[in-house]
Amino acid sequence: MSDDTTERLPDGPIAEKQVGDPHHAVWSLLESVTDPEIPVVSLREMGILRAVRESAGSLEVVITPTYSGCPAMSQMEDDVKAALAKAGVAARVVTQLAPAWTTDWMTLEARAKLRGYGIAPPQASACAYQGVNLVQFAARKLASEAQQAVTCPQCGSSNTTETSHFGSTACKALYRCLDCLEPFDYFKPY
Amino acid sequence: MAAHADYVLHLADNAVILGQRNAQWCGHGPVLEEDLALANNSLDLIGQARLLYQHVAALRHDGRTTEDLLAYFRDVPDFKNYTLLELPHSTALAPTASGNRDYAVTMARNFLYSALMVLLWDALKASKDLQLAAIAAKSLKETQYHLRHSRDWLLRLGDGTDESHARMQAAVDHLMPYTQEFWTSSAMETAAAAAGVGVDTRNLQTVWNTLVDDALAQATLQRPAAGGFVPTGKLGVHSEHLGFVLAEMQCLARAHPEAVW
Repeated sequence: MSDDTTERLPDGPIAEKQVGDPHHAVWSLLESVTDPEIPVVSLREMGILRAVRESAGSLEVVITPTYSGCPAMSQMEDDVKAALAKAGVAARVVTQLAPAWTTDWMTLEARAKLRGYGIAPPQASACAYQGVNLVQFAARKLASEAQQAVTCPQCGSSNTTETSHFGSTACKALYRCLDCLEPFDYFKPY
Repeated sequence: MAAHADYVLHLADNAVILGQRNAQWCGHGPVLEEDLALANNSLDLIGQARLLYQHVAALRHDGRTTEDLLAYFRDVPDFKNYTLLELPHSTALAPTASGNRDYAVTMARNFLYSALMVLLWDALKASKDLQLAAIAAKSLKETQYHLRHSRDWLLRLGDGTDESHARMQAAVDHLMPYTQEFWTSSAMETAAAAAGVGVDTRNLQTVWNTLVDDALAQATLQRPAAGGFVPTGKLGVHSEHLGFVLAEMQCLARAHPEAVW
């Protein structure tokens, strides 16, 4: 794994590449690589696959980690390498940290697929808080957050409550719907 | 350059030691949700430590240093973590059994430390070391949730039953003096701050105090006067507890060096 913070990557969701994009074939090949924990969304839709580019005469595929300790990251890197190798594409896989991954990069399709899979997608925009907002966030006093109730992926009710900050993986919180009474995972804004 | 790498090593050691400590709750959490929460908290911290250790290896650029070497093949005096983070989950000075684990101590420590780290990571986003700035931007997002989680428990236990209040107050009384180490200067921190790589934590102290006082007041807890012995873990002079943490953390790697699976 190498890190290269010199080249600026796109800062936002990445739409599916159209025919005519210089690396269209590689992008569409990698559409089949999904998040091992959430097999319904592709790495591009999750915002993990950031770029396919030429670098020093060879092809480079750039991915960015989600949570620092996410155990699925090395699996994703291996899956990308395997998909490339299987198709006979010679490319390096590079991990780059900046700009930091955010749930704001998840595409609309990814959010719809998460909901269909039973995971409530991140509701609030995920800016990192600063100064007084940090204190407010920690104290659960952020007005912007209070206005955005998490809706149940089963029945659509916004009458839900947090059971635990941390769920089955680092990126999710555990919620419960007070109407249909089903528990569900909530993908936290990051 | 040595101070620069040492400063990043200090941040990495903080993360790995607290990550290792909190992982001791794995399978022993007071409730299932908290067992998961602490495992996730450790995963974040160990992930941050890996990124930081990899960066130290890149900074040293000696063809020898690796993240595994830094985590598994250094001894107590080489570690630069705050003493606070190596203490057992207990207010007893010499806890004798794992049954002495007290969740109030775990949560009070996570609160005091993550209250510092949200401020420090936020400031380090502007570091001239761009890789450190990138790690800080990621770590801040994770630490925000650690702070919120531990603050919730500070309130729940502090403003809970007589028993939970007494134990949380004892935990805060026990740990607060160790936070003095946050604000003492060291050669590596001074040099890193002067180079624009690090941050002088004393500039964060006022906001930290506000954060801590606000939470303690809401939790109906008293803030003890910080005084007495000032710990020196970041200088490599540790309590007797770190050796036991390292023994547990390093024994497998040392028994089977370079093993892979």
